[in-house]
Formats: sequence, C-alpha cells, structure tokens
Amino acid sequence: MSPLLCPSSSSLPSGGHCPPLLLLRVQNLGWYQPPRTGGSPRDTRVSGSSGTITLRCKDLRVLQLEIPGMEQCLNIAGSIEALSSVDSVMMMYPFFHRPPGLRLEQGWHRFPPERFFQRLSSQTSQWRLSTVNRDFSACPSYPEAVIVPAAVGDDTVTKAARFRQGGRFPVLSYFHPKNGTALLRSSQPLTGHNRRRCPEDEKILGTILDEGERGFIIDTRSAQAAKQARMSGGGTEPKSAYPQWRRIHRALERGRPLQESFTRLVEACSDPSLSMDRWLARLDGSRWLSHVKAALSTACLAAQCLDREDCKVLVHGAEGTDTTLLVTALAQLILDPSCRSLQGFQGLLEREWIQAGHPFQLRCARSASSHGRGKQEAPIFLLFLDCVWQLSRQFPFSLEFGEELLLTLFDNAYASAYGTFLCNNEKERSLCKVKESTHSLWAWLEQPEEKHKYLNPLYSHNPLVIWPSVEPQSIQLWQGLFLRWIRPSQHLDEAWSEIQRLVEGNNNSSKESTRKRLSQTPPDPAAGTGNGR
Amino acid sequence: MEHISTPKVENVKLLDRYANRKAASGTLYLTATHLIYVDASAEVRKETWILHHHISSVEKLPLTTAGYPLLIHCKNFHVAHFVIGQERDCHDVFTSLLKLSQPVKPEELYAFSYNPKMSKENREMGWKLIDLRLDYQRMGIPNDSWEITDINKDYEVCSTYPPEFVVPRAATKAVVMGSSRFRSRGRIPVLSYLYKENNAALCRCSQPLAGFSARCLEDEQMLQAIREANPGCPFMYVVDTRPKLNAMANRAAGKGYENEDNYENIRFKFIGIENIHVMRSSLQKLLEVCEMKSPSMSDFLTGLENSGWLRHIKAVMDAGVFLAKVLIEKEWIAMGHKFSHRCGHLDGDPKEVSPVFTQFVECVWQLMQQFPCSFEFSERFLLEIHDHVYSCQFGNFLGTCHKEREELRIFEKTHSLWPFLLQRKQELRNPLYRGFTAYKELQPNTLPFSFQFWCGMYNRFDKGMHPKQCVLDQLLGCLSQKVTLEDNASHLENKLPILDGPLPSEGCTSPKAGAAAAKAPTPPQDCAEGATPVLSNGPSLGHQKHKESPAQPRDLGASREDEQAQHQG
Repeated sequence: MSPLLCPSSSSLPSGGHCPPLLLLRVQNLGWYQPPRTGGSPRDTRVSGSSGTITLRCKDLRVLQLEIPGMEQCLNIAGSIEALSSVDSVMMMYPFFHRPPGLRLEQGWHRFPPERFFQRLSSQTSQWRLSTVNRDFSACPSYPEAVIVPAAVGDDTVTKAARFRQGGRFPVLSYFHPKNGTALLRSSQPLTGHNRRRCPEDEKILGTILDEGERGFIIDTRSAQAAKQARMSGGGTEPKSAYPQWRRIHRALERGRPLQESFTRLVEACSDPSLSMDRWLARLDGSRWLSHVKAALSTACLAAQCLDREDCKVLVHGAEGTDTTLLVTALAQLILDPSCRSLQGFQGLLEREWIQAGHPFQLRCARSASSHGRGKQEAPIFLLFLDCVWQLSRQFPFSLEFGEELLLTLFDNAYASAYGTFLCNNEKERSLCKVKESTHSLWAWLEQPEEKHKYLNPLYSHNPLVIWPSVEPQSIQLWQGLFLRWIRPSQHLDEAWSEIQRLVEGNNNSSKESTRKRLSQTPPDPAAGTGNGR
Repeated sequence: MEHISTPKVENVKLLDRYANRKAASGTLYLTATHLIYVDASAEVRKETWILHHHISSVEKLPLTTAGYPLLIHCKNFHVAHFVIGQERDCHDVFTSLLKLSQPVKPEELYAFSYNPKMSKENREMGWKLIDLRLDYQRMGIPNDSWEITDINKDYEVCSTYPPEFVVPRAATKAVVMGSSRFRSRGRIPVLSYLYKENNAALCRCSQPLAGFSARCLEDEQMLQAIREANPGCPFMYVVDTRPKLNAMANRAAGKGYENEDNYENIRFKFIGIENIHVMRSSLQKLLEVCEMKSPSMSDFLTGLENSGWLRHIKAVMDAGVFLAKVLIEKEWIAMGHKFSHRCGHLDGDPKEVSPVFTQFVECVWQLMQQFPCSFEFSERFLLEIHDHVYSCQFGNFLGTCHKEREELRIFEKTHSLWPFLLQRKQELRNPLYRGFTAYKELQPNTLPFSFQFWCGMYNRFDKGMHPKQCVLDQLLGCLSQKVTLEDNASHLENKLPILDGPLPSEGCTSPKAGAAAAKAPTPPQDCAEGATPVLSNGPSLGHQKHKESPAQPRDLGASREDEQAQHQG
C-alpha cells in the first residue's frame, strides 16, 4: 500500500477511475486529498500486530482500515497525515491531474462576464460592463469585469469601493427582464461609529432608482448585529443618506455557528444508537433545517420584491461573500428559468459563487470534521446546494439536473481533481495560474457520458417563477447527502433508473413510432393517387 | 334529512390556514350526505365537498369581526375553517353537522343509501372479488398440516371471527372449543399467514384469560398443535404486542399472558406497541403540530418529537420486521392482542376510537419510501382506502366483524369498495412497480432517520406544502402513452400486409378506428393529426400543465379506452 501513497507514483489512476474502490480512496486521500481528510482526519489505534486507521473523508464517508503489521500501519498513517496537509495550492492535485481526452484550456472560458453582459445589453441600456477592476485594484475579490449602472463613471466606482468592506461596491447580480428591476449585491458600507458617508456610493445607489421609486436593501444580518458592526467600522446604509431605499433585516447564520450546525447534523446522522426521540431532538438541535428554511425564505423575499413589488433590491451582509451570494444565487434560480438548465446552472455558479469571490479555499477546507481548527471554515456553499435540492424536490420537472450533480458539486468544492473551485477569488486564481495549469470541472462534466449522469429525465422547460413552500412540513433532510454512506440506496437508485427508463423509453418509442408512421405515410398517398388515376 | 334545518347559507367565508391569501367567499350547502361549499370569489367555480361521515369534530369559535367561525376537523385530516355571517345560521349548521356526522343507527350510514347505479349481479360480483379461500390457496392451504374449518359457521367459537378460518389439522373440535373459552372474546389462535418457502406460520389470537394462575389444557394443546404443524422447528415464539407492563396489569383483570412454564417450548416476547389511548393522544398531538400557524422549523421538529407519533410508527415497523425475520428463520409465532378497526363511525365511546389503521397505512407508506419499485399501488391508493375506511360509503369497513356485517345485511344492501378501486387501477397504480418477482422479502431499515413525516397524509389538504409538480401523474402519463403508442405500432404493423396487398387505396387509418378501419378508407392527413396530440403530450408537462388539468384526464381517459379495446379485441 505504501508505494501507492507516494505522490510521485506513476500508478495513479487518471480521471479518478480505478477498480478497487478502497485502494482508490486511500490513494486519493494521500494524493490530492489534503482536501479529503478532515480536520481530525485519522485516529490510529495500534494493538498487537495490526492497527486500525479511521479516515473521515470530506464527502462524509468514514473508512476504517485494518492494517496488519504495526510498523506498516504507522507508516501509512504518517504518509496520510503528511499528504493530507499540503498547504500550497500549486502542490494540489488539480495541478497534476491530466484526464485523457481533455485539453487544459477547455471549459475555462465558457462563462465570461462579457457573455452575460451581452444578453443583458439586448434587454436594457441602463447597465454597462466596467473594467474598473482590471488589475483587481478596486476590489481584490471581484472579477476583472463587473456590471455597474451606465450613468456612473469608473472614478465614482473606485471611490465608492473604498467605502465598502473589501472594496465590494454595489454591482449588478441579476436583471429581471419581466419588469426591468434588478438585483444588486455588495458588502456592508464602512459607516463606522461616526456615521461616515460616501457621496459616490450614494450616487451609485441613487442613480439606480428613478424619482419616487423605492428600492429594498436586504441585510442578511439582524438589525442588532448590523448596528454592532458599526463598532468595528462597518454598518448599514442610514435612511437619511439613502432616502429611497428601505432596509429589511433577515438574519442568516454563517461562519462558526453554521459550521457547528453542519458538524452536529453529521454526528447525529452517523449515530445508529439514537432512539426516534433523540434523533428528532438532535436533528432539531443541529438547526441545519432551520438554516435551510431561513435561506429559502430570504431568497423568496428578494425574488418577491423584484417580481411582485417591481422593486430593485440590494443584498448584503458583512463581507458580501457568503450569505449575500446564497440569497442572490437562490433568488435567480427561483426567478430565472435559464438558470435551471444544466448549462445555465453552471453559469450561475461561475458568476455568483466562483467569480463573485466566495472564498472556497477558506470555507471548504475540512468539511464536517473541522473542530474549531479552521476558523474560516463554513458550509455556506453546501447550504446553497441543499436549498437547490429542496427546490428540485418541490419542482421535480423544473431543473434540468438531478441530485447527482449537486452531490458531485459538493464533492468537488471540498476536494477536486479540477481547478474550478480552487482559491478564494479570481485574483488568486490568476496568480496561481489555475486556468492555465489545471482542468476545468465544467469541461469534464460536459463529456457526453458524464453529462448523461447528471440530467433529470423529467425536465421540461418551465418559463414561470418557481415559488417554493418554506413551511417546515415542506422542508426535508437531504438524505442523499447526509445519509449517502449510511442508508442503503440500491432500491432508490433502481427507482431512479426506472424513471429514466420509463421517460426515455417513452421518448424513444414516441420517436420510433413517429419514424414508423412517417416512413409509412409516404407510400400511402402515392399508392392512393396512383390507384385513383 | 330531518337534521337539516338550514340547507343553504350564503356569504360564507372559507379561510386558508396557511396562505395569507384573501379568504374565499361563497355558499355553503348541506345535503343528506355532504357539506358542499361553492367558492363564488374564484374565477373558476371551485367546490369543496366534505362527507358528513368524515367529520370528526365541529367547533364554534368565539365571534370575530368577520363573523361566526365554525371549525371542522375531518377524519381524513381535512380542516375547514368557515366564517358565517349570522349567528343563527352558524348554530343551525353546527347542530345539523353534529347529528349528521355521527348517526346513531347503522342504517343511517352512507353505504346503505349510496347508489352508484350498478346492476345487482355486478354488486354481488363485487363482494366476491376478494375470496379468502383463494388467498389461502396462494399460501398452499389446505395442506398436510393446516385445514380450513367451518367450525365457526354459527359463531359459536368466536363471534368476531369469520365463519371459516385456518387451524392445524391436529387440533380437534374439542381443543378448538376449549381454547376459545380461555381466550378473550373467544379469539383463539388461527392462521394469519403461511410463508410457503419454509412452511413457517403466523397465527394471531387475543390474550389468554390466564390471570395469575389459571390454565387451560385445550389451549395448551392448541399451541402445541400449532408448533407441531412444522415438525422441523423445536420451539415457537409467542409475541405479545403490548408493553410488558400493560400485559402484567391485565392479569389483575383475569387476563394477561401465557405462562411459559405451562406451554411446551414457547419463547415469549413483548414488543411494546402502546395501547389505543396512547396512540389516539399521540395522533392528536401530531395534528396540532400540523395545524400550527407559521411554525418555525424548531417548533415543528420539537412538536413532531413530543407527539411521539414517529416513535410509535417505528415500534410498529420494528414489530413487523421482527415477525418477518422470525418467519424467514422458520419459526412459529402466535400473536396475542385484540385488534379491531376502531374508527368511530357511530356515536359511541370516543375512548374506543384508535388510529391503528392509520398507522398500518402509514407503515406501508414508509416502506414505499424505501422500496419505490416494490408496490403495485401508489400513495394515492393508500389515501383512497384510508378515506373509505371512514367514509362509510362502502360496506367493507362497517361493523366490527363478519357476524355483525351479516346482521346488518351489508353484503345485500351495500357495495364493496374493491371493484371501484379496481376500476381506477390506472390512476392508483405505481408506474415504477417491477412485479412481484423482482424482489423477495423486503428488508426495511428501521433506524430513526429512515422515517419521514408524511405530509401527503397529515397535511394532505394543504396543497401549498406539497411538491408543485407531480411525478406520479407524469409517469402514469408516460405509461399510458406507451400503451397507446404500442397499440399504434402494432396496429400499423397489422396494416402492413394490407398496404402491400391488392387494395393499397385504403390509405392510413386513424389508430382508434380499430378493426373497422380496414373497411373505411380515411385520408392520410387523419393519421398525422391523430398522432400529433400524442407527440405534443410528451415530457413537456411544465408548471402550466396543472392549470390546464382538464387536458390530462382526457388523455388518460382516451388511452384507457384504447387499452380496454385492446383487451376486448
């Protein structure tokens, strides 16, 4: 086993395909899994002539390896330990992974901001694509091109950026073609305790609204938390400075509390000794489903303001890289049918999570077994995927992709052979040459045999807004993720392929039947007329 | 009819308990069998029908600014909250519903007046649809060890058993009669199920009248006969479904459980399913949780936990899994617990009402969640049966036993539910079912996380909570479309010789024209047109489909006709 753990080993499988599963996992753990083992990745017990290594993987699987020979066991444990704590991004697996049949540059330029803007500019002229952040100088966590109000110049934007935490000035996230309203996002204004103001920032938000028009600011913190943020230099937009904007507070959990929620839920799921009452108490105690409900509710609120109240909406919390993106991305999925196709959803992820600067490397480092070690660890992206899963359950025909894609995205966000989720923002990706030296996950998923796995056989384009129910009765534990390695899934998989068979068989037979009919129809009239003559 | 003093009330509001939408406004009608509410405010005429027998409680709530509220709870978990303008009307409706919902005499039950215009022969056929003897035959009975006896034809052994049941051949009449005197209500151990694979049997009976020390030789012989019906097995399990404490308490009342010392080679096991009173109050608590106004996630989960409902469901499922396992392992079981359907059709002791049947239906549903391809029927079938257990529309669930059903002349005067369900087989089937040969015994997971809250049952009438698009309908659509297409295909294939033959002028015929098509020439365009709806009815059932729901039943109906035509042909 030991030689296989060596990073330089040539027997490494390409494309993640290797028949002996157990072997593969250990290998992956050691190799590209600084990712895959968690914060307390292993617990080695040595007794007599054999040892047991317990590996807690980031995809929530737990493996126990019985290894004969104490020395052997300790060697393996040591290798795993060392290999699972690679610090340098450029030493990570994506920089070495070379799947056959794919070119490096493939997939990296499928969703440029320019293309998104192109669609937008055919619908409105009120927005422009700005390259003010060309060298990441205005905002290090924004991409090089962002969309701002057409009436505002780059110098105004530069100044406004200094008034927002991390330079995250208000940018367009989504344009609602139905009524011309728009969804914007930013970070908190740096009001501070002396209630600082910034005319440029006020101008950006002011020009967006016509006279007498109202806008909504959805602050993803509680009113109290937002107020407290003033002590550390942050704050909110005061009514006096932004008279046309109405502020709504919807507290969404993030950071440590969210991470603890995740950890508690995973622990509850993996405890088979629980009675029904204890299980329900711990499910409740983890508060994970409460977070799902809160996230969906807030996204619905934003969508409602846009679609029903015809109002423009600005969303931000503190940094504007976590709950803010959760809300804007979900709202788009609810409102915009084009985000619900496989391609459109990847575009949404690229735009609202990856390019928007969600710090994946900090947030998705250790998964559920991070016990307070990584202070920045938080499963915001997983919470998003869970909400998408809830949408897919409530609207089983409206998303072109199925659960399998969401699981794959979860896996790859935490541990990947591809560069897509590496680093914290576009600037870092550019410095590490991620796009030049690693493969894109999208290119891999685009291959026909891969793509097929992720498609929802029941999909049919639904042009309407999909309003989910957020009643507790409608929100379910995502068993496919949290019980993925615990519950038997054979019968559920069979049901899924049965659905596939039924729907696809149907499509084929309907095609078949058409073909038959078409191929038979022509002789008829000919024969008929021939005879008539 | 004498109970209805005000048959029609106008300007009645119907509140939606979740959506904060404007309350509906309309007219409330009382008929002999139903409460009907017609929503006048909706663009499309919308009717809500509530069967009187389904009503479990009617409450007058304190006056509000909108009027006099009347809250109706139904046994199928429908909750209707009306607001009536005049106090007098409200009171009239209230007193009428109280009387109509709990008739005093069995003859007042809906089943005795329900008239689906069916011929006498068909009605009688309906009652013969389910033949217990056939069921026994399926298990291989009678055989060397078991026989069907009519010893109970005059209900001398047990008034609540059917006239015929299955006992071991070795049990003489004297043993059966003797045993019956030692069992509560004479419910002696009889065979419930024989597992053909290995001849393991499942028997059921009531508790013995053992008290602290009573014995009965015949009862001991009876159990011995059951055990010896499978010579390969050295002992048998006696499973008591109650918690041990309850069984012990029953001893003081001269009942109790079998003393292991008096019966040879039995193993005693308590399963600990709570009694009906605990279950009733548990369900009550669950329903209160389901009715909470805008609960937080935590309110809901805490409420779910405190109701204990899923704990009881798990206990029942665990018991089922244990029995199945024992059966597979070739052992013997006799079960002792009184089990009767306690549904409260008539005005009687509310303490005797219990949700046992609801629990059974839910356990089946929980199994369906784990094994989506193993049941021939869908969730809809379960809900349909659950509805009719309480609707009293069909005779099947009236009375507590066969004897009572005979006395009520149910088989002569009422209809059986099964042919009605059979007629709707297409919509009640599970499109994913893979046939009974696909799986053998199911091995359900009974860890707590395997059990889900059944929103489709307990919040069934709160449509807003359910998935907004129905996979079941979609798959059923696919299935019936497949049948239609196969029909078309075979039809076209049948026509091939004709096309090649001497009379090519006949052209292409519409698929539905059937055999007559050969004689009636139709222009080819017809064929193309006939095909279009089928094609456009493909998987593009989007969100809008539900708004255009009339289109769908028509499609299904059409294909059903096709299928029937196919069968006849």
